[in-house]
Amino acid sequence: MEHSLLTNALVYLAAAVVAVPLSKRLGMGTVLGYLAAGILIGPYGLKLIANVEDALHFAEFGVVLLLFLIGLELEPDRLWALRRPIFGWGGAQVAGVALALFGAALLAGVGWKLALIAGLGLSLSSTAIALASLEERNLMPTPAGQAGFAILLFQDIAAIPMIAIVPLLGIPDDAGSSGNFWLATAKVVGVLAGIIVGGRYLVRPLLQVIARTDTREIFTAFALLLVIAIGLLMQWIEMSMALGAFMAGVLLADSEYRHALETDLEPFKGLLLGLFFIAVGMSVDFAVFLAHPWRILGLVAGFLLIKTAVLYGLSRVFGIARGQHLQFALLLSQGGEFAFVVFGAAATAKVFTEDTASMLVVVVALSMVVTPLVLMAYDRIMARQACEENKPEADAIEPNEDHVIVAGFGRFGQIVGRFLNANGIKLTVLDHDPDQIEVLRRFGFKVFYGDATRPDLLRAAGAARARALVVAIDDIEDSLDLVETVRRDWPELQIFARARNVTHYYQLMDRGVTMIERETFESALQLGRTVLTAGLGQNAYRIRQAALKFRKLNIANVHAVYPYYKDREQYVSMAKQAREELEEMIARDRRAQEGETRHDWD
Amino acid sequence: MSQEHILVLYAHPAPLRSPVNRRLADAARAIPGVIVQDLYNTYPDFDIDAAHERELAERASLLVFLHPIRWYGMPSMLKEWMDVVMVPGWAYGKPDSALRGKGYWLVATTGSAEDAYQPGGLHGRPFADFLAPFEQTAALCGMNWIEPLVMHGAAKAGEAAIEAHVAEFTRRLRGYAE
Repeated sequence: MEHSLLTNALVYLAAAVVAVPLSKRLGMGTVLGYLAAGILIGPYGLKLIANVEDALHFAEFGVVLLLFLIGLELEPDRLWALRRPIFGWGGAQVAGVALALFGAALLAGVGWKLALIAGLGLSLSSTAIALASLEERNLMPTPAGQAGFAILLFQDIAAIPMIAIVPLLGIPDDAGSSGNFWLATAKVVGVLAGIIVGGRYLVRPLLQVIARTDTREIFTAFALLLVIAIGLLMQWIEMSMALGAFMAGVLLADSEYRHALETDLEPFKGLLLGLFFIAVGMSVDFAVFLAHPWRILGLVAGFLLIKTAVLYGLSRVFGIARGQHLQFALLLSQGGEFAFVVFGAAATAKVFTEDTASMLVVVVALSMVVTPLVLMAYDRIMARQACEENKPEADAIEPNEDHVIVAGFGRFGQIVGRFLNANGIKLTVLDHDPDQIEVLRRFGFKVFYGDATRPDLLRAAGAARARALVVAIDDIEDSLDLVETVRRDWPELQIFARARNVTHYYQLMDRGVTMIERETFESALQLGRTVLTAGLGQNAYRIRQAALKFRKLNIANVHAVYPYYKDREQYVSMAKQAREELEEMIARDRRAQEGETRHDWD
Repeated sequence: MSQEHILVLYAHPAPLRSPVNRRLADAARAIPGVIVQDLYNTYPDFDIDAAHERELAERASLLVFLHPIRWYGMPSMLKEWMDVVMVPGWAYGKPDSALRGKGYWLVATTGSAEDAYQPGGLHGRPFADFLAPFEQTAALCGMNWIEPLVMHGAAKAGEAAIEAHVAEFTRRLRGYAE
């Protein structure tokens, strides 16, 4: 089985590549596609993958990466501002749902221990499915999205005591675990403090050193290493890996490498999350399902109904916009990945039987499959309603960032950037020189490390919401690449470019850029003015006008030669002709100005 | 530096093509106690250093406005100078505003001869009518209006006429400087 890793990869990737586009085409979104792919290749489909649990375990790392990336988007002070939604709303949600489910289970004649564990476990929602659905619908910046996110974050924290409590309800395997309590607490405190201190004071300089080597894959490797190390550390102290990754993300949120980390980890996150969904699809135990189909369907329906109803009620308290109550409730209605862990722990502690555990797991897995379906149905119904009511389409919700992106913050971009900054324009600066960035950040500029020609980095930097892009990078090839990317992906974005020389100027014109400055022209002309006035004592105002005229003629000549610049020979002759014309025109100016025959100004 | 001087605000956009004003400015430069501020040459980009100009004006006893008349008014640079330097509170609007009591002397040239400035003439009304904004500027700032020295028909003036005009200007300026 030497090739099992590659074979598995082949199966997963092929299933994803086939199922996801198909599902999108059918308007069902990516999550459903992955889930369907999982069912298809799983033990109850084509039986291509044997070890479902391993895959699920491995793919949970996708959720860890997801939380790390979310942490990167959330600066500490913004997180602090969210403390009320996280603890207030999150607490209310977990308590409310757990209580309702516990009550319902008791009424149905279930034993209290089972009812309690099921209630607690099922109160948690799936971070992966809920966040993916929020992002798919662009709902993250809305109040419903923010509330959903805050609650999911609280659930990650709440899962820890839950997993700890479960064994206490069962038959104790070994005594003396209380003796380790202090040791365990010390470990927890130590690791958390380590992450906070290390994240702030160790990782940044390390990132800087690695960035300076200018080896892209090592930067990516380090980013992955960082998240994996934190995940394992958290696992060692028996806490949520995702929570640790989230903390690390928050600590790096205001760092200059934020966008670079985001772009490097994004594909891994996407693939691993996909794998996670596939694994969920595979773990739907159809044998258990087929044994008691009606009972399980009843449980899923009852569970979803109760949870949705409680969430719907709570959403009115959370101040969510009126039209979004049901959507919010549906988004969080499913069971989550932590439920698997809680039920697993309960089965191990013999609180209930393996059969019960696997039945609950099937309920959770099915609820995860149902959520995207229900949300899709919700979208359809709402769209139809909107059509019928013939209402104008609501404004697209955009995290409005009226900023200007400056790509390249060297000698040239710096002046442009400082000037814009001085005039109150919000700037996003991209540069790939770590030393430069360090200096600028010390002066309070928002500077991010990265290769500006990469579309993903531009996207992360908010190209879609930018008012303008200043292309000020040194390298001509990079400058042209960047312009091409932007013209292709964001044709609406205005480009203001620095040209290194006339050929570069023409190449920019080829790509449809109209606002271009030659980097040396204006300053050279300015120095020329100073020579003539301060040096040779000529009248400053006359020289100013001469310079303006010279400038105008020169630019006109550059444009006149443009159609011929590709044809070397013709270009040379045209350029020569243009130069002669320029000389002629200048001479004409001189005659007019120095002849002093006309006394038009007394 | 606290000694009072005469400040000549010289505004000519094309001094090399000027037969009269340039010579008036040169003549003024030769007189001790007279500072000639060549506005077009000092601020070619119209970026006037208002604080510096105010300081020069505050220490002057007399402001001489030396410029050609174009389109019935002053050159755009001098107008810009007034807009940025003569702000409310400094130039006027307070009992002790900075220009109070200083002299306002307009030394100007016109291209047309004097007879163009009359009803039925090229410019339709007497030249004095066009001086109203200048006079009122002086009045608003509490300055003393000094009889302007105007040379009409400067564009076609002969050498003798120009020389006589320069001599008259120099004589009067010397008188104010003493």
